[in-house]
Amino acid sequence: MTMTQTARAQTPVMTGSIATTAANEAAKAARARRKRNGAMAYHTVGAAIVLFFLAPFAIAFLASFRSGTEGMTPPLPPWPTTGFSLDSYRSLDTFGAGVWQHTLNSLVVSLATVVLTVAISLLAGYGFSRYRFPLKNTLFVLIIATLMIPFQSILTPLFIILAKLGLNNSLFGLVLVYVTLQLPFSVFMMRNAFDAVPKEIEEAARIDGARDLKLLVRVLLPLVLPGAATVAIFAFLNAWNEFLAALVLLSSNDNYTMPVLMMAVRAGRLGAINWGAVQAGVVVMTIPCLIIFLLLQRYYMRGLMAGAVK
Amino acid sequence: MTVVSTLSRTAGRPRSRSSAWRGLLYIAPAMALVILFFVIPVIVTAWMSLHNWPLMGAQRWIGINNYVRMIHDARFLSALRFTALYTIIATIAIFAVAFPLALFVEKQRRFVGAYRTVIFLPVVVGLATASLLWVWLANVDSGFIGPLLIALGITERSPNLLASFDSAFLTIIVMVVWKIAGFTMIILLTGLQAIPADIVEAARIDGAKRWQRFRYLTLPLMRRTIALALIISVTGSILAFDQFYIMTAGGPQNRMISVVYYIFNQSFVSFNLGYGASLSIVLLAILVAISIVQLWLLKVGDEKA
Repeated sequence: MTMTQTARAQTPVMTGSIATTAANEAAKAARARRKRNGAMAYHTVGAAIVLFFLAPFAIAFLASFRSGTEGMTPPLPPWPTTGFSLDSYRSLDTFGAGVWQHTLNSLVVSLATVVLTVAISLLAGYGFSRYRFPLKNTLFVLIIATLMIPFQSILTPLFIILAKLGLNNSLFGLVLVYVTLQLPFSVFMMRNAFDAVPKEIEEAARIDGARDLKLLVRVLLPLVLPGAATVAIFAFLNAWNEFLAALVLLSSNDNYTMPVLMMAVRAGRLGAINWGAVQAGVVVMTIPCLIIFLLLQRYYMRGLMAGAVK
Repeated sequence: MTVVSTLSRTAGRPRSRSSAWRGLLYIAPAMALVILFFVIPVIVTAWMSLHNWPLMGAQRWIGINNYVRMIHDARFLSALRFTALYTIIATIAIFAVAFPLALFVEKQRRFVGAYRTVIFLPVVVGLATASLLWVWLANVDSGFIGPLLIALGITERSPNLLASFDSAFLTIIVMVVWKIAGFTMIILLTGLQAIPADIVEAARIDGAKRWQRFRYLTLPLMRRTIALALIISVTGSILAFDQFYIMTAGGPQNRMISVVYYIFNQSFVSFNLGYGASLSIVLLAILVAISIVQLWLLKVGDEKA
């Protein structure tokens, strides 16, 4: 392909006759046409792919604004035909302690997980990057090694330990478990982030009188902020989306996070499932994830790569 | 630079002990959480697995009886078989979609960024959310897939997809591909882009056809990436729970009980905590074994590359 192209480019210079120029023009036009057709085929396939991956979201989103009776029929067309309505969200609100309460539970759990994960992995990353102490590598490997152990296999002891700490059925207990699950990845990320900061900056700050936590927060935090952002995004999404641990560790209705509440909606009442409420719940659970991802895609992908190369 | 480090070293000598303590202090919160919520629970799980441990009442030491019991537990064995089947089919399906997608979005051209983003969107929502969304889409009376199949002329009546094993299994596989393929695609994409362009160019000039280049150049150079994507897909599938619990509640005739689902049932529905713990230890052993294979595979990949 490349060779023929080079050969063709050289012909006009060598011959320069009218006939070859005309043939050349035709060839160029044919190539342009082929390229255009290729691009069209490419984007036709692209459109089909986009349709497959986007349609479920779009259908659920549009369908969730149909009226109560319409909500039970197949989404054909998916958009509301009898006027925009919040019926689905109102019926979702009749489950558990109401949709606001459970969204708030999910938000509190996710944001607390973010704050604690960032704080704890910031300290640990700094400690592992800058200090020397006995068993340092063993302890680091211990933290990373927990990645190998599926948390699904230790739920019973987690339940018992939280009960012993008086944290059974507590959102804070759930947060502690979520933070622990995030630590291997987060400590790894933050250690790398600190390793990339030149030591000279710290020396200079020390000479200026900054010490310890002040040094860490005022001088170093801004430098490792991209790493912290990555850690925060993953902590948020994982806590917001987690289902099994929440299902096991939360036992009272009022404390349910959104995914656990949705099981009541999924189970239905008197044998009938309110599909409108299911659609509304899916939208409520999806929107924050999509917004965060679309806004902070760069940091998310960085984390993914770091995880992949490890 | 050298001067500074020598200086700090000589200055640091007397306070090196306090510096060690300070380092330990920084990592203390992380260590406390990992020990309290990971190390101790693993030990407790192992301990519990050797007991008859009901929710109420006294625990009784029964040695390895729980492990003996599971060898004869037909439901556990069928959960193992089902999980293996699901893992194999799901992994093949995900790769069959993700690899072409990675090739599709590899080159920089117009809209390629948008394609990547859209394909990746389902990855960032929860598996529970995706399961709920698809259980509605697949519903016989109110869903979308039924009418779609009728419109495409594939069926005449809206099928009850989640009522028979085969169609329910297929629905879950389609959902999982929709949810996970974007993730695998990005992993494979990093591998594709790491292949030096001049090598591909050289092969092209030497007359290697498109398929030959893929088979003898791209695939071998992507060994490491493929191994990684494979392991992530396999471990994720072995731990599958949400989709079966939410979409089919264990499936027609309880045939869709995965290993994690069975452990959940034993521990938190039947409250056989000791037996559940022994099943957990088996699950844990399987995953640690896979992790070791992973490390080995990636190392071998390193040497070859």
